[in-house]
Amino acid sequence: MIRFLLKGILRDRHRSLFPILIVSSGVMLTVLIQCWISGVLGEIIDTSAAFSTGHVKIMSRAYAENVGQIPNDLALTGVESLTGELRQDYPNINWIKRIHFGGLLDAPDEMGETRSQGPVMGMAVQLFSETSGEVQRLNIEKSLIRGYLPERAGEILISDVFATKLNVNPGDVVTLMSSTMCGSMAMQNYTVAGTVSFGVVAMDRSAMIMDISDAQMVLDMDDAAGEILGYFENNVYSDQKAKNVVAAFNAQYEHDDDEFAPIMLRLADQNGLDSMLDYVAGLIGAFIAIFVFAMSIVLWNAGLIGGLRRYGEVGLRLAIGENKSHVYYSMIMESVLIGLLGSVIGTAIGLGISYYLQTVGFDISELTKNVTMMIPSVFRAHVTPHAYYIGFVPGLFSTVLGTALAGIGIYRRKTAQLFKELEV
Amino acid sequence: MKNSKIITTDGLIKRFPVGGGEFTALNDINLSFGKGEFAGLVGPSGSGKTTLLNIFGSLDTPSEGKVVVLDQSIGELTHKEAAKMRNKYLGFIFQTYNLLPVYTVYENVEFPLLLLDTSAEECRKSVLDALEWVGLTDKLKSRPAQLSGGESQRVAIARAMVKKPEVVLADEPTANLDAANSHHILQTMEKLNRELNTTFIFATHDEKVIRYLRRKISLEDGRVVNDEYLMDE
Repeated sequence: MIRFLLKGILRDRHRSLFPILIVSSGVMLTVLIQCWISGVLGEIIDTSAAFSTGHVKIMSRAYAENVGQIPNDLALTGVESLTGELRQDYPNINWIKRIHFGGLLDAPDEMGETRSQGPVMGMAVQLFSETSGEVQRLNIEKSLIRGYLPERAGEILISDVFATKLNVNPGDVVTLMSSTMCGSMAMQNYTVAGTVSFGVVAMDRSAMIMDISDAQMVLDMDDAAGEILGYFENNVYSDQKAKNVVAAFNAQYEHDDDEFAPIMLRLADQNGLDSMLDYVAGLIGAFIAIFVFAMSIVLWNAGLIGGLRRYGEVGLRLAIGENKSHVYYSMIMESVLIGLLGSVIGTAIGLGISYYLQTVGFDISELTKNVTMMIPSVFRAHVTPHAYYIGFVPGLFSTVLGTALAGIGIYRRKTAQLFKELEV
Repeated sequence: MKNSKIITTDGLIKRFPVGGGEFTALNDINLSFGKGEFAGLVGPSGSGKTTLLNIFGSLDTPSEGKVVVLDQSIGELTHKEAAKMRNKYLGFIFQTYNLLPVYTVYENVEFPLLLLDTSAEECRKSVLDALEWVGLTDKLKSRPAQLSGGESQRVAIARAMVKKPEVVLADEPTANLDAANSHHILQTMEKLNRELNTTFIFATHDEKVIRYLRRKISLEDGRVVNDEYLMDE
């Protein structure tokens, strides 16, 4: 009997090919969008974590309140002892110091006169520390376009776009003009060791990277830092872990009224990432729910039309002596088969396109020229383990539900009318 | 065997709800059919032929009275029991053949046997026998769309006969056929009736069919107005 029904499915394109096409198209879209959203979201989170937020970040309360202005006069002090304590209390987290600063970068000619200059976004990291992992985290080595990594104090990296704009090459000397932690003017010459391109719009526009010791010196920030960032093992963010660490750390300073007391924030607390994560999670959930609903209606209709087309066949089967429940069961089994096959095909195609978009990506740099967020310039899909099965939810569920609803007509059909119906 | 009663009706009445009232389709039908009969329910449209055939085929139940088919009271059967009876003991032939278009002739005839869980070997033998009875062994792999009307109805007969049912119920089996094909079909059914001793009951108003009947039951307005044996058996 199963072979008999299979033959029917294979030979009747209205029962096999068309439903499979509908199911696989829908499943393919589900998988693709899931991978794409995961990829985009993941890239934004990873980029934000690496360049800006860390997995957790410690600042002074006052600094945290005005973080958008990079108020180094409100920076943390005594950071050496604080990081020492942190390493002791949370040994599984990699703690690093950073200083962000703004300023003007001046490129002089042979006579020492300004040849070109432009506003610069400085980031001082533990470039010379092997244990900090900053070179790897910021992907500096691979981002190097020209020159070499700074090897000694006084050497800096600048973004390749910025270097081109200032007509500066590796080996040239540039002058940073900024303000110290105390508010006085800071001025220092640096040698451009190399140029970098991070693929992050906000960084590539006018970034300058130097070792934190250089920044501490020029900005009068001895034993001070704007931020202390913590990264979990393997650089994998866990929101629950972050919540636990943040709660434990902040509890120590709960009764401290000092505005310079440290406060820890998790990644999701910063840059509106929490609401964005919730928004995207909701978006994925809503999309899948809408898709399941829409597919159910489409497949229900397909089932109804198929049912009408097969009205004669079902009637004949009932007249010959097949049970209503058996006819219904066989239709459900057919839909399970179609749903499975469509889901497998749709998932395979969706994964194929997703892998392609994961490798090649989608360049949006032209669209984000003026964006200041830490977002990558190339968005990629990310094939997650969920992607292998998520399509089966709408693919299988909708198909079976549609058929189940359409098949209710079988139970309502009056066998007494079969002779008349089959004469139509 | 020929005289053993396989269908009996006693005071059969069938009413259908129409609007706010009721319409009596069959009224006080008292009939009996023996094994191997070749009988026809004859009458104009609306006389109750198909309704009576429906009840014989356990597709419908009487409103009043008793109908016993193969020792089973039709009014007392559950849906499942009725389906089982149709499956095992009854064959149906329809006016419009109702072959399954995506299956071959062989597969169409094989279908009722699959519902009976017949073994593959037995199934093949029975299908080939049935197709031989109707003279279609050369069309095993043809699809219904490739057959003429006469051939299609012969496949339908083979499908009804393949499980060797006790009773075949045929509703206007020649309505869509020309005279030559009608005679061919009727000769085939008559031959099967004689060789296999299967009871055939027709619902018809086709004179060509009536000429082949050995018993003619005339219905008018839901009542039997005449019941006559047309030739000696």
